[in-house]
Amino acid sequence: MNYVIIGNSIAAVGCVEGIRSRDKSGSIAIIGDEPYSVYSRPLISYLLLGRTDEKRMKYRPDDFYEKNHVKTFLGHRAVKVDSKVKCVTLDDGTMLPYDKLLLATGSKPFVPPMTGMDSVKHKFTFMTLDSAKALEEVLQPDSRVLIIGAGLIGLKCAEGIADRVGHVDVVDMADRILPSILDEESSAMMQQHIEKHHISFSLSDSVSQFTENRATLKSGKKLDFDILVVAVGVRPNVELAEQAGCEVNRGICTELSCVTTVPDIYAAGDCAKSHDITTGSDRILALLPNAHMQGIVAGTNMAGGEEVFDKAIPMNAIGFFGLPIITAGSYDGEAYVTREPGIYKKLVTKENLLKGMILIGDIKRAGIYTSLIREKTPLDTIDFDLIKEHPQLMAFAKKDRKIKLAGAKQKGDA
Amino acid sequence: MKRVYVNEEWCLGCHLCEYNCAFANSGETYMPKALKDQKIYPRIQVEEGDGVNFAVSCRHCEDPICVKSCITGALSIDNGVIKVNTDKCVGCYTCILVCPYGCVMPASDGHVIQKCELCTQNSCGEPACVKGCPNQAIVYEDRGE
Repeated sequence: MNYVIIGNSIAAVGCVEGIRSRDKSGSIAIIGDEPYSVYSRPLISYLLLGRTDEKRMKYRPDDFYEKNHVKTFLGHRAVKVDSKVKCVTLDDGTMLPYDKLLLATGSKPFVPPMTGMDSVKHKFTFMTLDSAKALEEVLQPDSRVLIIGAGLIGLKCAEGIADRVGHVDVVDMADRILPSILDEESSAMMQQHIEKHHISFSLSDSVSQFTENRATLKSGKKLDFDILVVAVGVRPNVELAEQAGCEVNRGICTELSCVTTVPDIYAAGDCAKSHDITTGSDRILALLPNAHMQGIVAGTNMAGGEEVFDKAIPMNAIGFFGLPIITAGSYDGEAYVTREPGIYKKLVTKENLLKGMILIGDIKRAGIYTSLIREKTPLDTIDFDLIKEHPQLMAFAKKDRKIKLAGAKQKGDA
Repeated sequence: MKRVYVNEEWCLGCHLCEYNCAFANSGETYMPKALKDQKIYPRIQVEEGDGVNFAVSCRHCEDPICVKSCITGALSIDNGVIKVNTDKCVGCYTCILVCPYGCVMPASDGHVIQKCELCTQNSCGEPACVKGCPNQAIVYEDRGE
């Protein structure tokens, strides 16, 4: 059996692990356009913070490929997928025939056209190791940095460089920071916390024009800068999928088995859509844990298994300057909110289910809440008043605790 | 494999397991020195309720979602024991986000996580929490899982 994986990040690793759980001998080839063995992209902000380094950023040990008998084509791009003859062509003309193909092509930063961008000398995106290295090279203690985008990537970048530069400005069209994961109140709380670190925000605003060192915003405000980082969002890499004939609707469409609409072609990670059980809709959940789990399911099924990726939910663990945030699910429903200094907690319920949560400051045992969301645990089967106070296994029925903690079987009697 | 199992009927809620855990992982050889006047960071936690108490620590799941979700590769399975490489961990808390038992927690400095490693990484050799439990409310045994 010939397996080919286009992409060399987290979903690719999951795929290899999935394949090798069933098939120890089939040949696996990985094509990756970066000249590195697999590393964790979310760690690039920690790299700038000095909390990790290139060696420790490696997602798997150096012998991962060798141990799993994976042939790598690193520093190469796949330029063509022919799904009729089942063959992938690389940029140097190498042709790799496949029986099963995984598209783990990821996403790329979206840089919208902005007037005067050409005149900006130091401009960057913030997604790959190389982009972080390039940014680091120009940082000076008195640099003024302008970041476009107050989402997860833009703000992790801001945190990573805040103590190494003079000042950071962040501009976003949205009226609040981290709009994809926070509500208004928690967003305002995080903004206040982040502003203590030489970071200023211009919200509900956007750049109308750049000159080399100045951005003029729609509001008329002028921001002077030395370094520009564009972090307004990402777009999935779907060109090869389209060429291969896979259905693409923003992301690559997949079944729960991770197969695309073309037989023997699978997709996983930031390029692929998955089924968000908290909203019931198919969408891209560009999150590292989901990429890994989706990759495992894809690989297992490519090797003849019958797994499904049916528990996908949006979820994030992120923090800024020592204040942790954990969020999961969706926020449409009845909200239960508690506040203390430095702490915000919101639980959202709907139709007897926990649907979503926002936790700031106190994130202890948050996974107990996450599992209620993921497992769709009916809230009338647990003591929800108790668990609302703080996450605890005490809220489960004794027989469920026996299963969880005493090795009792699902249906047996402990 | 051998795991720590809970007999909640027997738990007195005395919290000795928490102290023994903190001591075993302190690197100290004298318990008062390790624990006196210190805030302790045990990897096992006692839940106390109305007439029922029990101690919870990592279940060492066969298919662990914390390991699958770890963004750095710091969590791995070593002979069935889920271990953390604190050199790689950056304290992002994704494992805390996903652990359904609430058994991963920030370490004392907040920059990495900690969890039960069945005392395989300290000098104790077998779970200190179980060894010191006065009432067999936690036991270390193989129940065929």
